[in-house]
Amino acid sequence: MPAVRRARPAAALVDCTVTSLHAAAAGFAGVAVTFALLLLPLGVGLPLLSRAARFLRARSDAARSRTARRSGTPLTEPDPLPVEEGAGTRRRAHLILTDQGFWRDLEWAWLEPWAGGLLVGLPPALVVYGASGVPLQPLLWWFIDRDSYAFFPVHSTTMMWVSMAFGLAVTAAGVLAAPVAVSLHDRWSRVLLVAPRNTRLERRVVRLSDTRAQALDTQAAELRRIERDLHDGAQARLVALGMTLDRATRLLDSDPERARELLADVGRSSQQALADLRDLVHGIHPPVLADRGLGDAVRSLAMDSFLDVHVEVGLRGRLPSPVEAAVYFGVSEALANAAKHSGACEVRITLRHEAELLRVTVTDDGRGGADPALGTGLSGVRRRLDGFDGTLAVTSPPGGPTSVVLEVPCASS
Amino acid sequence: MRVVLAEDLFLLRDGLARTLRDEGHEVVEVDNGPALLRALLAGGAEEADAAVVDVRLPPTFSDEGLQAALDVRCRRPGFPVLVLSQYVDSLYAGELLAGGEGGVGYLLKDRVTNTEQFLGGLRTVAAGGTVMDPQVIAKMLARNEARGTIGGLTPRERDVLGLMAEGRSNAAVAATLHVSESAVAKHTANIFDKLGIAPSSEDNRRVLAVLAYLRR
Repeated sequence: MPAVRRARPAAALVDCTVTSLHAAAAGFAGVAVTFALLLLPLGVGLPLLSRAARFLRARSDAARSRTARRSGTPLTEPDPLPVEEGAGTRRRAHLILTDQGFWRDLEWAWLEPWAGGLLVGLPPALVVYGASGVPLQPLLWWFIDRDSYAFFPVHSTTMMWVSMAFGLAVTAAGVLAAPVAVSLHDRWSRVLLVAPRNTRLERRVVRLSDTRAQALDTQAAELRRIERDLHDGAQARLVALGMTLDRATRLLDSDPERARELLADVGRSSQQALADLRDLVHGIHPPVLADRGLGDAVRSLAMDSFLDVHVEVGLRGRLPSPVEAAVYFGVSEALANAAKHSGACEVRITLRHEAELLRVTVTDDGRGGADPALGTGLSGVRRRLDGFDGTLAVTSPPGGPTSVVLEVPCASS
Repeated sequence: MRVVLAEDLFLLRDGLARTLRDEGHEVVEVDNGPALLRALLAGGAEEADAAVVDVRLPPTFSDEGLQAALDVRCRRPGFPVLVLSQYVDSLYAGELLAGGEGGVGYLLKDRVTNTEQFLGGLRTVAAGGTVMDPQVIAKMLARNEARGTIGGLTPRERDVLGLMAEGRSNAAVAATLHVSESAVAKHTANIFDKLGIAPSSEDNRRVLAVLAYLRR
């Protein structure tokens, strides 16, 4: 169950009242749909059904967004009602009747007024009843012979005081109950309104096969790049080096001076080949990351950056190595962007790992307004994170600050 | 000099040991982290004078060698260690320099192909000096240049600053740049003046001051 935020009593009372009206509307929609269903055999139900179903879906969508807004956690929505261009009323009704989300909506529409509506309706009712009794009781019993409030008769000054106190207590109970009722109602709605399990699983499968295909593509492209780099870099240099060595050997007797020059060349080429290999290794998996893990690797990035970078590391133990690498390159890209485009002087990087979620934020004090479509660098990082169900979000209002947030669910060891 | 050499790849260890022996040093070869610590901290009759250490060593193949070097220098402050690595990282350079003492070197393994550079580095470190790989210095200079903290220097002064930060003496800087030693002395005086670093006649203090400035 997601944590449900408790609202303040006054706001909660308003929420309760509004929600109970919505519950009544849901009930009405449920009745309308049922009516259409009952009329199906007569034929007139066919056109009615699709309208009623759409009205019902609008109600349930609104309820979902209210619940999500109040509790701060989004609900998975069911698939939209099936539409087919140019389909006849019979076909349309058939599509709706075979839709899982539709039946789930109907279930909700029938339960919501009774269980949900009564639950949220109670606190405002208590408040109205209590608050109306308090000012009325001192007057009423003078005029009405057999006045009674709640369960007791009011026919003396003492009883009048008692009834006023009781009225105040009922009001207070209503006010206090309101936040509880709202949060219970949110939980209850969440259970009823969340997309059917099948839908959720189907979506997960689609997403998994997408990201898996993408991960394989990325991996293959990466291997091709490495192969090309080796072929054009170190390998080519070593071939050239062998040829120069051969020439130097042949010139050793006839032209020692030229041979010496060639050997000096060989020395320089071998240094260059080493440098190429080092760059390649760094691009695959930076050694400091392998040695020390994400925290120190990010510190190392910070030390080499032109900007003033403050790093705050809240990590215990090591994270899975592919996650570390993906996040490292993400931070590296974000830092490079900050240095190139933002005009920032200072960057703050925080790394946290709590409740099986790695969360890294890179915030600069630059001018903001970064392209939300992301550069090729960051979208590459996003694709890489996709493979771990990770996300990358960029917020960059004009005037700044720009902040890049990377989140990856993972366990640490 | 008695040198402990820690390197796990046989070919490289053998080559380095030969180079060192040719130079007249006595070499103790080890191929893993724990053995390195034993060789340096046992404190037996045959004390080592310096160590040449590869960052990545068994059993963990992470930064075992660097950790051992830091550990030894923590227990024996100023003990000369020349750290070799397949790559150089500013973070590790910072850790080696953090104590503010000399007798420390950090070089790319590539540099051992230049025997003179390698042996010269070891000599400087053993004498209590500081040797930093040109690549470390290049990164520091690039960063300081982008921040404009060494903007006032002439290109020649920047060259001198870079070589000085690597740990070279005036004579060595003069030889590399093909200028006279007195010209280098003039440049260094200017650099210290422009950057606002307290000048120092002693070589190693000078290097450390420059490195401290560049690392800010």
